[in-house]
Parts: sequence; C-alpha cells; structure tokens
Amino acid sequence: MSAPSSYTLHHPKWFRHRVSVFWWLQKRSYTVFVLRELTSVFVALFAAFTLWQIRSAAAGEEAYAGLMARLGTPAFVVLNVVALAFLLFHSITWFNLAPKAMAVRLGGKRVPDLVIAGSNYVAWLVLSAAVAFILLAL
Amino acid sequence: MARPVTPLLWLLFSAGGTVAALLFPIHAFLFGLAFPLGWLEPPAHDALLGLLRQPLTRLYLLVFICLPLFHWAHRFRYTLYDGLQLKHLFGLVAALCYGTALVLSAVAAYVLWGVS
Repeated sequence: MSAPSSYTLHHPKWFRHRVSVFWWLQKRSYTVFVLRELTSVFVALFAAFTLWQIRSAAAGEEAYAGLMARLGTPAFVVLNVVALAFLLFHSITWFNLAPKAMAVRLGGKRVPDLVIAGSNYVAWLVLSAAVAFILLAL
Repeated sequence: MARPVTPLLWLLFSAGGTVAALLFPIHAFLFGLAFPLGWLEPPAHDALLGLLRQPLTRLYLLVFICLPLFHWAHRFRYTLYDGLQLKHLFGLVAALCYGTALVLSAVAAYVLWGVS
C-alpha cells in the first residue's frame, strides 16, 4: 500500500451491535448485579422516609399518630416489606464484599476474608440490638 | 465531574453504604413494620420527641440520613449509565444525583436543627 492515506473531516463511525436496555436480564449474575445496584434506590427512599418521620414527630402528637396510621395501610406495608428485603440484600452483599474492598494486614499476614466479613456481621448484630433496645426501652 | 472530587465521592459512597448496611434494616423493621402493625409496642410520642431533642440523637440522624443519600447518588449514577445506557448524559445525570443528595441533606440539617 503506497497510496498516501487521505483524511476526512469526520471520524469514521465503527460498527457496534446495539445492546438492549434489558441486557441484565439475560444472565442470572447480571440480574443479581443490577438488583444489588438498585438497592441504593431503597436506601435513598428510606433516608427520605426517616426525614419525613422526624418532621411529623417534631410537628406534634397528632401528626405523628397520622403518620403511624398511614404506615399501617396495605400499600405502605407492601412497600416496607419490599424495602426491607432490598435493605437486607444491601447489607449482606455489602458485608460479603468488605474483605475484597479492604485487605487488612496484621503482623504482615493478611486477615482472612471470613474474619473481616464475620466482624461486619457481628457489628451489624450489636448495633441492631442497641437500636432496638433504646427504642423499646423508651 | 472534575477529577479531584472523585476520591471524595467514592469515600462518601463507601461510608454511606456502611451506615446503611449496619443501621437501616433494624430501623426499617421497627418503624416500617413492627411499630405500625403493632407487633411491638411503639414508643410514645413524647418519649420519642424527648430522644429527638438530644443533640447526640440529632447528630446520629444527620449521619444516618446524609451519608446514605450520597451512597445512593454515586451508585444510582453508575446504574443509570450502565443499565439504561445514559453515558452520553454524563453531566446531567451526575448533577441530578448529587444535587438531590445535597438538597435532601440540607433539608435534613434544617429539620433536625429546628426540632424543639
């Protein structure tokens, strides 16, 4: 090929297969990955829910009782069951990933994955018990 | 997004993810199901308000709300890029996600400050 190459003003477009927006439904591991990422939506919803709860508690007894009554309606119960399932999924996947995110070394030796994940689960249990204890002792 | 903020955003994502993982399930179980459905005796309003008036409780709740919001912003941003193939809307998606987290954090600080 001795002909001098010619340049065009525009970048040539290379061929790419169009990937469906539902690519993550084609394989189980992809679906689990996307569901894991979507737990963040329920994390944000629950943070906003807590803010709403604080506002109504601060607004007075009537507002708070109204919120509690509304939370007992079927729509909210279903939403909260789904939210709790996603939040638990977040916790479990998060703790299981912790050993991969941080490699802890003690005395030159890497702390086994099981110990790091295990200490996260213990912390989860202790903190959950503490929150429940404080709220139930009120 | 400018490069220098990337580590900070990742740190917020990580810290928020840990806060949510450790504390959200128990709160969701108690306030979302056990108390409204009467499985457990819900705390009386004045007792709850008394707890809410403590500075330490408010600090706890500020961390409880704000950090997980930034966790969501970071994670949801990349889910939108990959899941819905919105990479071409890079700036808009980032602004919407972090903007929402910032606004809600400001509201949380305002509400918690004003509890009396």
